Amino acid sequence: MNLSRKWLNEFVSVTASDQEFAKAMTLSGSKVESTLREGDSIRNVVVGQVKSLVRHPNSDHMWICQVDVGQPTPIQIITGAQNLHEGDFVPTALDDSWLPGGTHITAGSLRGELSNGMLCSLKELGLTTHEFPYAMEDGIFVLSRDPDLEGKLTPGADIRAAIGLNDHVVEFEITPNRPDCLSVIGLAREVSATFDQPLRLHKPVVKGGGPGTLSCLLDVETPADSLVPRYTARMVRNVKIAPSPLWMRERLRAMGVRPINNIVDITNYVMLEYGQPMHAFDYRYVNGGKIIVRQADEGEELTTLDGNVRRLTASHLVIADETRAVGLAGIMGGENSEITADTVDVVFESACFDGTCIRKGALALGMRTEASAKFEKGLDPMNTLPAVNRACELVELLEAGEVVDGIIDVLNHVPQPTVLKLEPDKINALLGTDIPQATMARIMERINFQLHDGQSVTIPSWRGDVQRMADLAEEVARFYGYDNIPCTLMRGQTTQGGYSPEQKLENRLGALCRTCGCYEIITYSFISPIAYDKIRWPADYSMRQSLKILNPLGEDTSIMRSTTLPSMLDTLARNYNYRNQRVKLYELGKIYLPGGEDGLATESKVLTLGAYGEDMDFFALKGIVEAIVKDIQAQSVRFETADPHCPAFQPYHPGRCATVWAGNRYLGVLGQIHPLVAHNYGIEEALYCVELPFPALLAAQGPDPEYTPLPKFPPIIRDIAVVCDQSITVGALEQSIVNAGGSLLREASLFDIYQGKGIPEGKKSVAFTLTLRSDDRSLTGEEADGVLQAVLTALEQECGAVLR
Amino acid sequence: MKEQLSTIRAAALAAVEQAQSATQLDELRVQYLGKKGALTAVLKQMGRLSPEERPVIGQLANDVRASLEAALDTASQKLAAEAMEERLRAEAVDVTIPGRKVTVGRRHPMYIALDELKDIFIGMGFTVIDGPEVELAALNFDRLNAEEGHPSRDWSDTFYFDRDSRVMLRSQTSPMQIRAMDTMPLPIRMIAPGRVYRKDEVDATHSPMFHQVEGMVIDKGVTMADLKGTLNTVAQRMYGADTKTRFRPHHFPFTEPSCELDVQCHKCGGAGCATCKGEGWIELLGAGMIHPHVLEMSGIDPEVYSGWAFGFGLERTAMRRFKIDDLRLIFENDVRFLEQF
Repeated sequence: MNLSRKWLNEFVSVTASDQEFAKAMTLSGSKVESTLREGDSIRNVVVGQVKSLVRHPNSDHMWICQVDVGQPTPIQIITGAQNLHEGDFVPTALDDSWLPGGTHITAGSLRGELSNGMLCSLKELGLTTHEFPYAMEDGIFVLSRDPDLEGKLTPGADIRAAIGLNDHVVEFEITPNRPDCLSVIGLAREVSATFDQPLRLHKPVVKGGGPGTLSCLLDVETPADSLVPRYTARMVRNVKIAPSPLWMRERLRAMGVRPINNIVDITNYVMLEYGQPMHAFDYRYVNGGKIIVRQADEGEELTTLDGNVRRLTASHLVIADETRAVGLAGIMGGENSEITADTVDVVFESACFDGTCIRKGALALGMRTEASAKFEKGLDPMNTLPAVNRACELVELLEAGEVVDGIIDVLNHVPQPTVLKLEPDKINALLGTDIPQATMARIMERINFQLHDGQSVTIPSWRGDVQRMADLAEEVARFYGYDNIPCTLMRGQTTQGGYSPEQKLENRLGALCRTCGCYEIITYSFISPIAYDKIRWPADYSMRQSLKILNPLGEDTSIMRSTTLPSMLDTLARNYNYRNQRVKLYELGKIYLPGGEDGLATESKVLTLGAYGEDMDFFALKGIVEAIVKDIQAQSVRFETADPHCPAFQPYHPGRCATVWAGNRYLGVLGQIHPLVAHNYGIEEALYCVELPFPALLAAQGPDPEYTPLPKFPPIIRDIAVVCDQSITVGALEQSIVNAGGSLLREASLFDIYQGKGIPEGKKSVAFTLTLRSDDRSLTGEEADGVLQAVLTALEQECGAVLR
Repeated sequence: MKEQLSTIRAAALAAVEQAQSATQLDELRVQYLGKKGALTAVLKQMGRLSPEERPVIGQLANDVRASLEAALDTASQKLAAEAMEERLRAEAVDVTIPGRKVTVGRRHPMYIALDELKDIFIGMGFTVIDGPEVELAALNFDRLNAEEGHPSRDWSDTFYFDRDSRVMLRSQTSPMQIRAMDTMPLPIRMIAPGRVYRKDEVDATHSPMFHQVEGMVIDKGVTMADLKGTLNTVAQRMYGADTKTRFRPHHFPFTEPSCELDVQCHKCGGAGCATCKGEGWIELLGAGMIHPHVLEMSGIDPEVYSGWAFGFGLERTAMRRFKIDDLRLIFENDVRFLEQF
């Protein structure tokens, strides 16, 4: 919302500087975004009067002008314009002057003749013919042709002041609870309260007396009465369409509204001043002299003022005559009833429509207008009458027509004024202040809240947002000053802060992933439905069931992911495309499965890792997973070959994919991504991923470790190498060794796998280091040999592995 | 014999002086002091001496041995020192060669900012809670005073899962206030960080998914002065003890009175610059006293209990903290970006 300070000054006198003004208003709740000083980019341009003009001797189109700029002698300026006459008053840019757009004007010579500046066109001053309709587009801006300027011009006067281009325009951010502040008067009330200066409101006076009787000319029906709290209208006859006067054009321009003609300008002026959208339409197109405010018929069409054909639904409210719609209520008028140069009789509509209905109607048509933006917030029904009267008053002031006596005023819903108790104790208790009752009473007075016996307050009709004690507390706080409320620390019962076991584990897992070299990522929760195809999930896989967003931004972000894998693969692909060589990532992100409580999702987190690069292979990946499960003290951990037929593992390489378990609890899956899946993401390199559901990790988390005494006796270390079938897994060999080794075998660790020369085809040699130790004595060589023999026997019997 | 001993001493000391290596010194030790060495050979002739001469020569021989041993030790130490020096010289490295790379992963910058915030609030007795992102419109809107017809409920602003606009992606973390009121015992001090969703196209300042941190306190006798005091402390913990703050009136449907908290621009100190868009202040968060109707809807008597709540955008905080100028970087997860934090 823009506010002209000149216009504001009509209602309340405030002399504060722009900065002081902005600060004070911001702190009382009307946030100032910026302040624009009109004409700021114009310097050293004055009103000049052309004293004489003669042809330039060396040019067939230039003129040499002698211009009175308020100095003892006229100055010489050359111009190429052809619209000048002796005696014309023109904007004159002197030597060393500045124009909008950063143009610098200096004295110089044009074809041998000295020119001490420049005579300016409208465009050169950053203006248009909308603001100065008496000026011409091409040619010098002849000020004296504007009837409002003629006779009021003095050579040498600053051009900005002369044409009123010197307003300060304040841009406010108005919160949606304060539609009343979307007007000059509304903001003037706030300014008056903020600076504690008296508010000078004006009651419109209409002389009337126009020909005819209103009741015979016009009738209004509101069948959609629940959507039309109030409909007020007046009539003006024999209008004379003309430009509006300079002062009105000036104000409209300052507030960002383009002047059109007197009648249209009056409606805009009243909308800005009162915050009440007005609509003027041509009476001759209201068939039957009857206005019907009704819901549109399904599929009804109306061409709006902007020339577009609008297809309407029953959710739209239209202004219609007996036969057809002539306007889209609260949004835009119809082209068929537009004010034109030959309009004779005009109906001024000043109505109050249901905010939600207008908002939804405008939204459905994609046409939010100045009027609809106001209506949608819910306007004060008590404002329609003064506004329409003000419009008629302006018609008379501008001599733009004859106002017919009488007012049509359909009042479907008269709001009862809200009366609240002023309870200083409660307000102070809520604010943490000690503000005296008298101060509060004074604040109520400043904001026009009528106080009775110091006990109760009547809330004015334009403050529909004030409904209970807390709202009054805010009013008090705003004008007492938020800055004056003390800063205290919380008292009362102490509460325990801290992390839950889940949050602690989350933090721990994150730290561990980072220790393993992984960067944390954040990915979108929604994915494309195609993602499930890209990761080769079978078409009938139940996990494909996802929550579908009915109004997504795009197909790409239209379903809630039931797996985090596509998000990770997308991120790997992006990094791959950026030519990042080595990438290790992790995310602790949610998946969203349908079928939760209350129709919501079952949301649970998954620890997802993804990596590629020359330092990655299956075992590098497995090392990270081993570190994770060890760190959380998971018990009885084992890795198994993942079932290549299980749909969940289709994204993975069938020969390089493992599931990880803690006892019978499934902890997750890890492996190389299937080359076809990688290909689907545009990557021909090996990708590695891990998916560990967080709830499983939480459940598998073991107790804190207990200290084990350090060994007192030395170990005996023996290396063995056995030859077995290639199909025998290291895990199986290990299992045999551990089972046979008994309590003296403390560790069996793989150190070599060999195939090739010296080993028969289809066989492999696997070598382990065995660590044997007793806690209560030094082992003898014989004892060690005994264990070793048992191990070798077991290996041979269980795995067909023989000592190499 | 005296002369013999003197000759040996002179020759031996000269030889030691000349020796270049530990091996040579060992050879000299054997040559002079060994069982078959020159000195031993002389001493073997002692028997031939008179009883008067024996102690004198004996004493002299011992002196020669001692001086020889001392000379040998000194020379050997010197050689060892030289050898060590030589070795160290040879072992010297070019310290400007880069170290072997240790890759330690990094926390995402947004979570770094969040962790700092969590620590601040946990220190003040707040618990951290999490809740659903697929949320009921009833909690996201109705229970927060944003009734039917509120613009933010439009399909152009909010993502929905059903035609009745009943289930949605939460557009704010504020429904966590309601969930906390419904499930937690009073008094409550909680923060609820999390993902929120709005129908905004992706650009440098918008994303359809972003993060907020909600916070709420409910107790008997909680005041707006408490809100100010606590959030002031938070701002100072975030931006330094000399941070200037201001509270200004604002509007949220679920708080009354409502405010926004600004911190004075750190760059220009309040004079106005590009960082603060000329305002001198940077908006940090929105807050307010919980609306009595919101308390009532949760079955909490506003005549007995009061509370305050706040919410703010995490991305903006992280972006300001690390001077990140484009929101897209946050969700792009380029390792060249991630490794910087």
